[in-house]
Amino acid sequence: MSAVHNPGDSRLRRWLHVGFCAAVLFFLVAPVLVVIPLSFNAEPYFTFTEGMLRLEPDAWSLRWYENVLGEGRWLPALGKSLVIGIAATIVSTTLGTLAALGLSSPAMPGRGLIMAVLISPMVTPIIITAAGMSFFYSDLGLGQTYTALILAHAVLGAPFVLIAVSASLSGYNHDLNRAAANLGADGWTTLRRVQLPLIAPGVFTGALFAFSASFDEVVVVLFIGGPEQRTIPREMWAGIREQISPEILAVATFLIVFAILLLAAVNWLRQRDYVRAS
Amino acid sequence: MALSLTDKRLRAALLAAPLVVFVAVTFLAPLALMLVRSVYEPAVADSIPATLNALAEWDGRELPDEEAFRIAGMEFVALNAERRLGSVATRVNRLQSGMRSTMLGTARALGNDPPAGSWRDAMIAADEDWAEVSTWLAIGRAGERITPRHYLNALDLDRGAVGEIVAQPEDRRIYVSLLVRTFGISAAITLISLMLAYPVAWLLAHAPPSRAGVLLLLVLVPFWTSLLVRTTSWIVLLQNQGVINDLLVVIGILAEEQRLAMIYNMTGTIIAMVHVLLPFMILPLYSIMRTIPPRHMQAAASLGASFWQSFRRVYWPQSLPGVAAGSLLVFIMSIGFYITPALVGGRTGQLISSMIAYHMEQSLNWGLAAALGAILLLLVVLLYLIYNRLVGIDRMRLG
Repeated sequence: MSAVHNPGDSRLRRWLHVGFCAAVLFFLVAPVLVVIPLSFNAEPYFTFTEGMLRLEPDAWSLRWYENVLGEGRWLPALGKSLVIGIAATIVSTTLGTLAALGLSSPAMPGRGLIMAVLISPMVTPIIITAAGMSFFYSDLGLGQTYTALILAHAVLGAPFVLIAVSASLSGYNHDLNRAAANLGADGWTTLRRVQLPLIAPGVFTGALFAFSASFDEVVVVLFIGGPEQRTIPREMWAGIREQISPEILAVATFLIVFAILLLAAVNWLRQRDYVRAS
Repeated sequence: MALSLTDKRLRAALLAAPLVVFVAVTFLAPLALMLVRSVYEPAVADSIPATLNALAEWDGRELPDEEAFRIAGMEFVALNAERRLGSVATRVNRLQSGMRSTMLGTARALGNDPPAGSWRDAMIAADEDWAEVSTWLAIGRAGERITPRHYLNALDLDRGAVGEIVAQPEDRRIYVSLLVRTFGISAAITLISLMLAYPVAWLLAHAPPSRAGVLLLLVLVPFWTSLLVRTTSWIVLLQNQGVINDLLVVIGILAEEQRLAMIYNMTGTIIAMVHVLLPFMILPLYSIMRTIPPRHMQAAASLGASFWQSFRRVYWPQSLPGVAAGSLLVFIMSIGFYITPALVGGRTGQLISSMIAYHMEQSLNWGLAAALGAILLLLVVLLYLIYNRLVGIDRMRLG
């Protein structure tokens, strides 16, 4: 099976290895997928009813989906998540891409230190970030506003953009800049016509990561968002803690489909990343 | 036209500047503010300046004099009339329990019936606590603008009668053991993740590319799935009436009354956190193992080494950078993890982050929350610097 195994390798060890890996991958994927069939439960339970297992049509239903799409809680939450997520992604993608371009230059002074500081929002425990921001925005009088949440999510998303674009740029041939200059292009034209098109897949990958980070962020929303900013993660949090209902599973199913679409998009972008592929 | 080196530097710095400023203002400034909050608490000092002024000349051995009693009593009554005494009393109460009711009760009694004679006798009559030196010491300490008390509190320490540092009484020591437990649990999660991830990363790294691609998807789907969704899944699976318990009962391994308590305790926290963090272990291992040529193991075998010998002497050392990168990443993420323990940890499965949330949202002891946050932040920064030294931030990759 795998090339590392030696010819004299025992068959038993190989099967143990494959069996172990199958079990771990099952552990990774099965819990995510189990909520999908359960979201079609006709009963308000979180487990398979006997009827579901016997595949009786009555035991399965779309009632939780009707609730999610009909009742006035989830669609407004989706709107709020999209407003915050898109605005934050625009900010973090713009600033992150520019910074990655600057930091990719060998002439950049203090590169390592600056990179470490710019990535730190990604590794700082979210509870600390949220606590600090809650003091900060309430002192500024911006507590419980969209502005505060968008700025907060933008700074949390920027490291993803920085990393993705830097990865794209690491394979970038800086001779291209010189060639463009020789052909008479100024710095701005080179950036717009040569560099940005080549790193575009990295920029979009970073933007998808940043959006996904905002779309799933709940702790900062809990700490600095007000009753106006009840996003999807905020509603899910309340649903899990307070009134647990299979509605949550229907929403979870939508989010799993969304995750798979994002993953597909990122994979597609990776294949289009000429710079890194070359 | 070629730019001079200075121009290039300037251009690079100008491109990076907007994000640097943005991170400084919206991320570093809030953290700095949190650090300030952990040592600076002016609320009490601003509310009862006259009392603190009177206590400043007091020696702290005998009870304060009649004048100090009168100033304090009048100030408490005046504050209570403005409904501002409650927040002061709450803060003093954190230094000495019982003080909230003592201060509010006394202010109410004196306000209704202002003493004609001695304020000292009237206050002690209202509450015997006023005859204790420690009561006045607590008020004096609560009035310090710059104070180490939140850090002392976060380390289960306190100050004694003459300001010396003493351990908290046994029943109030919670934070150090919680911190130790957070470290222990994080280490266990890291180790479990490593043991699960290593064989999988190996399989992915050395499988034919097409098969590796499919297997990698199985790692990436959970990686991209919302953390809240994954946590919900574990509630569905592990709860008392959940899928796993139902299954075990149906196939007869457990009797109905033997259902396992796998959630709302530390077991639930560990299972769900390993699941969430496992991709962060697999991916760095995978990217390092891909660079290890299979020929090395084959060469070792052809020289007569057993599988374990060649693994230990040839493969493992080359995979160490991946082990270090994955383990540090998982450990850093574990010690600050909040969402999953908060949702599936119940009462016994909480880590230090839950305490920060508790003091932010429930007890409203923000100074203590900030001090706990600062201690956790210090630990994370140290680990992050080690990560940067060993692995390099530049080498960080997204799935």
